[in-house]
Amino acid sequence: MSDIPQAGSPHGSERTGAATSRVRGTFDGEPLEAEAGTSVASALIATGTRSWRTTREGRSRGLFCGIGVCFDCLVEIDGESGQRACMIPLGEGMDVRSASGPRTTHDAGTGTSTGRDADGTDAA
Amino acid sequence: MSAPLESLGQTEPRPTGPAPHFEVAVVGAGPAGLAAAASAAERGARVAVIDAAEQPGGQFWRHRSEAAGIRDDGSLHHGWKTYLDLRRRFDSGVDTSRITYLPRTSVWMAQRRPQGFTLRLSSSFGTTTGPSTVHASALVLATGGYDRQLPVPGWELPGVMAAGGIQAFIKQNGALPGSRFVVAGTGPFLLPVAANIVEAGGSVAAVCESADLSGWLPRAHRALAVPEKGLEGAEYAWTFVKHRIPYRTRTVVTEILGDSAVEAVRTARVRRDGTEVPGSARTIDGVDSVGLGWGFTPQLELPVALGARTRVDVDGSLVADVDAAQRSSVPGLYLAGELTGVGGAALAVVEGAVAGRAAALATTTGTDGSGAIATAREARTISRQRAFAEAMHLAHPLPPGWESRMRDETVVCRCEEVTAGAILGARDEMDAADSRTQKGVNRAGMGWCQGRVCGVAVACLSGSAPQAKSDDPMISLRQNANRPIAQPIPLGDLRDLVD
Ligand SMILES: Cc1cc2nc3c(=O)[nH]c(=O)nc-3n(C[C@H](O)[C@H](O)[C@H](O)COP(=O)(O)OP(=O)(O)OC[C@H]3O[C@@H](n4cnc5c(N)ncnc54)[C@H](O)[C@@H]3O)c2cc1C
Ligand code: FES
Repeated sequence: MSDIPQAGSPHGSERTGAATSRVRGTFDGEPLEAEAGTSVASALIATGTRSWRTTREGRSRGLFCGIGVCFDCLVEIDGESGQRACMIPLGEGMDVRSASGPRTTHDAGTGTSTGRDADGTDAA
Repeated sequence: MSAPLESLGQTEPRPTGPAPHFEVAVVGAGPAGLAAAASAAERGARVAVIDAAEQPGGQFWRHRSEAAGIRDDGSLHHGWKTYLDLRRRFDSGVDTSRITYLPRTSVWMAQRRPQGFTLRLSSSFGTTTGPSTVHASALVLATGGYDRQLPVPGWELPGVMAAGGIQAFIKQNGALPGSRFVVAGTGPFLLPVAANIVEAGGSVAAVCESADLSGWLPRAHRALAVPEKGLEGAEYAWTFVKHRIPYRTRTVVTEILGDSAVEAVRTARVRRDGTEVPGSARTIDGVDSVGLGWGFTPQLELPVALGARTRVDVDGSLVADVDAAQRSSVPGLYLAGELTGVGGAALAVVEGAVAGRAAALATTTGTDGSGAIATAREARTISRQRAFAEAMHLAHPLPPGWESRMRDETVVCRCEEVTAGAILGARDEMDAADSRTQKGVNRAGMGWCQGRVCGVAVACLSGSAPQAKSDDPMISLRQNANRPIAQPIPLGDLRDLVD
């Protein structure tokens, strides 16, 4: 079928028409590679990783909702915690780290170093 | 909060200065939002479109990455021509600066102002350079919905996903999140999920539909009135035959088994009342992925925060009321798509077109937008699609008896890891008969997702107490939708609030 029209927005992309390229980052220090434009979650799953976060009670979690709603897929990206692996495309040189332990709602926003901890989730 | 605001948020403050003003702001760039934006812009309004995703399309037309130059051939999509047409109109609005598109941007709060609305924005991920606040005279909300979930023992194992999430993963990445799947829940949506899995090279061990399909019989005429759905159904039937996908009705997943990830699935046939048919239990081994979905539920926090009137739809979801111009009960606020009742993309497009046109008319002529009510043709499409959706909801209800499959230790709230035992205990011993009381007692629904995933289950489990005080099912559903901060945000965004 026909082509996707070019994204004509300030944030939009140039369509290259070229063969898709690969991007490389790391996951917990190990190499992570994927086709450009695929999500961090997809890159992780392609390496056979099904889970990349542990809950406060120590259970493994990976993808669940796939659309940014459930927050099960959280990772740390380039030092910023609380990032959703399902939403974010793997970027060149990205430093992805698994998230573990009690860093969930109770602790978010209580003066961590990055300032990117999501907060306000308790407000409702 | 234990730390002072200024010690947090070491990110750069967002650019300040006066917040831009638009005639119409549209939140969401899915089927409804794209149609609303295009029709508002074509009627002369200056429009802002804000969407949390990287690129337009929403859930239905989620596709491969344009930024990476990947061409999506539309083969996994329905109505792709409609999308391409809407996209052309949308892009032309962007090119002529009628439309200002702010992707990767979440609206975390909406406020009413004497002259319209103020939206507070946060980047969904990465950095965005867009404004942190926009004002608009009229607001069209088209924020869609998400998969409705019910807990199943073992559903927190890695490898279990929302059915829609699997679909989204395939459409977005052109890859599969696993290899051998069981798809379970209810509704016709399970069919495209299974079909796309096999088309993407995976296998489907079974599709378990909790309803029997007899619910369609008294309403068959409503399905026949929407022939395109019948054609779509025939395509799936062919895919199922070709790939030998077992489709089992009145069958539920009773447990998902695995050590550190999904390994097997237990299923059983159920009677009308939800009890298991003796001897029907079976185990499907060698499964690494499960997709669960019991329909969709609208993402209502922004309409609720603005005071829009809501009601419970026939599927048990809280939805917002609109009139024939897609106007909500709040002046200047228009709603389109799943927010007004889960009804699919075709309906969302028509509603979006009406909402965008009405909003543009209202702001450019200073009227109330009522001059732009749906045309006879649009009204016919809306009512046919609504009738189909209602038939679908009635034929595919939440399965009776699902509560009985919970064990004490079954996790219900995934974020805060609150078990069924804790929720039922709070209900019986502490009179926690609604969602808010459950939050207070045991934190169910208080985690990152704010009850989006467990909301329905907590409402049902807590409200089903014999002594439950909340005989109004709306109470819990409204409490769930009431999230003054619609999206989790970095503290820095609160610090940077202006205007
Ligand atoms: C994961 C998933 C997959 C689906 N796949 C299919 C399918 O394959 N076939 C099918 O028939 N139906 C599918 N559906 C149902 C489908 O969502 C609807 O039929 C259709 O997409 C509704 O269109 P919409 O415009 O109302 O909402 P959506 O398409 O959901 O679009 C809503 C948009 O709003 C944005 N948004 C939401 N909240 C905010 C906010 N606060 N700030 C900024 N942006 C926001 C979202 O990013 C999204 O792009 C799916 C639903 C889900 C949840
Ligand atoms: S999988 Fe739900 S937020 Fe990423």
